[in-house]
Amino acid sequence: MFEFEFMRLAFAAGAVVGLLAPVVGFFLVQRQMSLIGDGIGHVAFAGVAAGYLIGISPVWTALVAAILGAVVIEWLRAHRKAAGDQALALVFYTGIAGGVVLISAAGALNANLFTYLFGSILTVSRGDLLRIALLGLAALALVAVLLRVLLAVAIDEEGARVAGLPVPILNGVVSMLAALTIGISMRIVGILLIAALMVVPVIAAQRVAWSLRSTMGLSVAIGLGSVLSGLTVSYYANLPPGGTIVLTATAFFLVAAGVETVRGRL
Amino acid sequence: MPLALRFDGVEFAYPHGPPVLREIDLQVEAGEFLAIAGPNGGGKTTLLRLALGLEHPFRGRVELFGEPAERFHDRARLGYLAQRAQLGIQAPATVREVVAAGRSALKPFGRLGANDREAIDRAIDRVGLTAYATRPLTRLSGGQQQRAFIAKALVADPKLLALDEPIAGVDVEAQEALAELLARLHGELGVTILYVSHEFGAIEHVVERLVLVRQRIVFDGPPAQLPGVWHDPSHVHV
Repeated sequence: MFEFEFMRLAFAAGAVVGLLAPVVGFFLVQRQMSLIGDGIGHVAFAGVAAGYLIGISPVWTALVAAILGAVVIEWLRAHRKAAGDQALALVFYTGIAGGVVLISAAGALNANLFTYLFGSILTVSRGDLLRIALLGLAALALVAVLLRVLLAVAIDEEGARVAGLPVPILNGVVSMLAALTIGISMRIVGILLIAALMVVPVIAAQRVAWSLRSTMGLSVAIGLGSVLSGLTVSYYANLPPGGTIVLTATAFFLVAAGVETVRGRL
Repeated sequence: MPLALRFDGVEFAYPHGPPVLREIDLQVEAGEFLAIAGPNGGGKTTLLRLALGLEHPFRGRVELFGEPAERFHDRARLGYLAQRAQLGIQAPATVREVVAAGRSALKPFGRLGANDREAIDRAIDRVGLTAYATRPLTRLSGGQQQRAFIAKALVADPKLLALDEPIAGVDVEAQEALAELLARLHGELGVTILYVSHEFGAIEHVVERLVLVRQRIVFDGPPAQLPGVWHDPSHVHV
């Protein structure tokens, strides 16, 4: 399958997303904000619709909308204007409603819209790959630099606050990273499915891991494995790549849950 | 002795709420081991949060080592053990990883140095968890988990150790072991300890001073001088 350039581009872009999504998802899961990706994804949908309406590339308007959505969710949480799930619900529904209205106004309710909702990795261009690689590597570098303080906040947020770490800023960084991940990944697995790729590898890894380090390592391995094997299966079985990738991640979760059950009985 | 903590005419209420603390005057010398007790809702955790600069009094002044608590410059040297319910990581963090997190404010970036690793080993050893250093916290007992978080609070060589309800959810045996551990740490390190709990039975034989809080400070002195009727802090009346 690698004789086709579109498959080479798909695998390269998928590798970046498979690496980045679980790394960012790790911190979302620890903060019990596993669904934030869905909330931001729905705002990104409004961004795609706005892009169609005003004639700008939907990729960029979706990225801006996702970051704005992340800022709003974090602000609502930090200022206790709404509990975590209520903040998510508010942004989630406003995003999807705004997207529907804007997409209708733009007259863009067509098949092209579906490539953003469910992914279209097989149409990734060299320009897409460059954008995904640059932004993805920048996000990974930021996590690497902030890893120790992000872990400290995940382990004990109040303790980190007492010790003088800038907890609201670090929480904002995690939300922004989630927005960035969604913005650059929507061409791969789609706005509606990217949140799964951030969360499912992490909750699968937690079942069998023995430390934070191993949880993060296994999450990345499962994320990467899901994308690469999902793409392979989708190519040979003629299945939609986004859905196949996420179902592969779910299969990894089932295997991990099985291993945990067997280990618990030994 | 210099003062570690000073409350001067402090009053506090949460937004749109009734007063939580009134007329709080309190001085804690550096190196003291102080228990703060009182009924649930009596304001003892709020008092601790004010001491750590996490809340702002609407009247009065709170000082930490001579500086306004909210602007205390050496926050990395404040060791804090939150109530267990607030410690919520889901991944299987090992004892060593949890303790290392307590070093992050001192060393936020880059690889941990040899002195950091030594400090982590020492803190784990002090709480008697060396044999469990690589085990996930989830596979330890409640008392052992508390010890791991105390090691995390100790790892930055704190000037002040603040413990919020450290015995909640641990059995009586573990409560007594924790009290002995804290007494030993206080003796060895000379660190100022603020120990907040809704009951003080497990700790009263090791603390030097007990403060009972029910909106106001209703008792402040050695535990031996506490009137018998107040041994159950829920009986503390304003």
